Amino acid sequence: MKTRIWSWAALIAAAMVLSACGGTPKKDGGAQVQDRGAATVEAGAEASGAAGAAGVYAAQLEDPNSVLYNKVVYFDFDQSTIRSEYVDMLRAHAAFLASNPAVSVSIEGHADERGSREYNIGLGERRANSVHDFLAAEGVAANQMTTISYGEERPADPAHDEAAWSKNRRAVLVYQY
Amino acid sequence: MRRFWLILLMLPWAFAARADLVIEITQGAEGALPIAVVPFGWTGTGAGAPKYDLGEIVAADLARSGRFKPLSADQMLSKPHRGTDVDFRDWRALRMENLVVGELSPNGVGGYLARFQLFDVYRGEQIAGYSIATTARDLRAAAHHIADIIYETLTGERGAFSTRIAYVIAHRQKDGSERLELQVADADGFNPQTILASDEPILSPAWSPDGKKLAYVSFERRKPSVWVQDVLTGRRERVSAFKGINGAPAWSPDGRYLALALSKDGNPDIFVMDLLNKQLRPVTRHWAIDTEPAWSPDGQHIVFTSDRGGAPQIYRVAAGGGSAERLSFDGGYNARASYSPDGKSLTLVTRVDGQYRIGVMDLKTRGIQALSDGRLDESPSFAPNGSMIIYATRAKGRGVLAAVSTDGRVKQRLGLQTGDVREPVWSPFSQR
Repeated sequence: MKTRIWSWAALIAAAMVLSACGGTPKKDGGAQVQDRGAATVEAGAEASGAAGAAGVYAAQLEDPNSVLYNKVVYFDFDQSTIRSEYVDMLRAHAAFLASNPAVSVSIEGHADERGSREYNIGLGERRANSVHDFLAAEGVAANQMTTISYGEERPADPAHDEAAWSKNRRAVLVYQY
Repeated sequence: MRRFWLILLMLPWAFAARADLVIEITQGAEGALPIAVVPFGWTGTGAGAPKYDLGEIVAADLARSGRFKPLSADQMLSKPHRGTDVDFRDWRALRMENLVVGELSPNGVGGYLARFQLFDVYRGEQIAGYSIATTARDLRAAAHHIADIIYETLTGERGAFSTRIAYVIAHRQKDGSERLELQVADADGFNPQTILASDEPILSPAWSPDGKKLAYVSFERRKPSVWVQDVLTGRRERVSAFKGINGAPAWSPDGRYLALALSKDGNPDIFVMDLLNKQLRPVTRHWAIDTEPAWSPDGQHIVFTSDRGGAPQIYRVAAGGGSAERLSFDGGYNARASYSPDGKSLTLVTRVDGQYRIGVMDLKTRGIQALSDGRLDESPSFAPNGSMIIYATRAKGRGVLAAVSTDGRVKQRLGLQTGDVREPVWSPFSQR
């Protein structure tokens, strides 16, 4: 789990920057992360250029090399069961959220266009709830998570075939920080 | 020959003409009644000539119903505008059963007087004759009114040409996102008017029984809420904004209650809201998705979609709550049901060989007959006289509206020039 180790390093770096800045919003986050010790000085030096907390979170969440970069869980037709391939990715997000209580996430559930729109709203909610419940079981606080279902109203791919539908049956983690 | 003239005042309707829907009949009916609607005359001189030929609008309305087959104007042997000028031999030769003639006159104060007469060609007798006062703005409404009178006189069933449709139209913007508009138009697609525009999803419009308000779901403020909007004034109120889903509004037949799908308790269930005091009453309580409620015309029952049996199917429950009875057993997917005006059947979305189609369920036999032939058809809604069902389908890569006669014989497509049209719903009759 190379990527995960990297993200921990970045996290710790972030925490150091946060405490260095002083006026950061969440003291808890910094303290919690600092407990984990072993901060690498290099990572800290690198991250110190980041502009405040938001930049630090973004550095991790938007790094294509981080497992946290992946924020979409795809589902089978009319299903809301999380497939095993997403377990590691969701655990990484759970760890990130647990370590950064200042960060919150909106879990957006979606459906493909087949069938009726309101039923698909229900299905999208069920998918968002699956992800929500997984993250909660992994220790993410309830007040860090919200869910919303867009049903079939916001397709990732507007085409009308199975290739598009499989991209549209999804739950997306949308971070707010 | 009995003559009767009646003055009817048309209600003004402030719709701006925009990108009008174009209707194309994709499948005609065998056995439609042959009728001739002669282009209307104009008795005025100079300025003020009407923008539309009322005869043409009347003929198009009658054709759309599937019950009539109007004669094209270029096949007419004569084009009289008054009964006294009619030679019935001309119409018997063309095997017309009925004939409509009429003319428009200036009324002296900038408006018009539309007169028309309906004849039985074989008997050579007038069956109906009316005079309707109207204005330039309401010319089309006057024509729809004439079509309603003709339809009712000849079929014994109330015409639905003066009704309206509401639908959602999506325009894709340069950045790839969608701009959504909730529009109201005449039943033939003309006079569209936008009553709400948003960058967030709009869905599930539902007419109040008096045809004056629309309830709908809007995701503005980044959460789904149910709103009720007065169509004429634009005044609106957010009636439901609980945690989670606020969806699928459906008016009770008396207009006092709104059935809703709410997931405030964890998953979607059906609730009924008293619009006077916003009090909620639960109707279903189940771990499954319960959504898309619709009232029976007598207000006694609510049908809804539930996947409590493993896949979406239609269930029925007493409007006061209680145990639900499964109604649909044909096919693996049935959803979005609503009652026909006579309460004897439901229209719904049904999956047939992997295709999502519009179906009708006979409530006596519980059998489902698929009426449409699309791949992704949805949102069916009965015309208030039960003769047609309007729904959303796809054609040439776009969402378009289509209508099918309840017996499946006549199909038509209503194509907008731009945008993706969806979620049509037919208005109730206007009060008379």
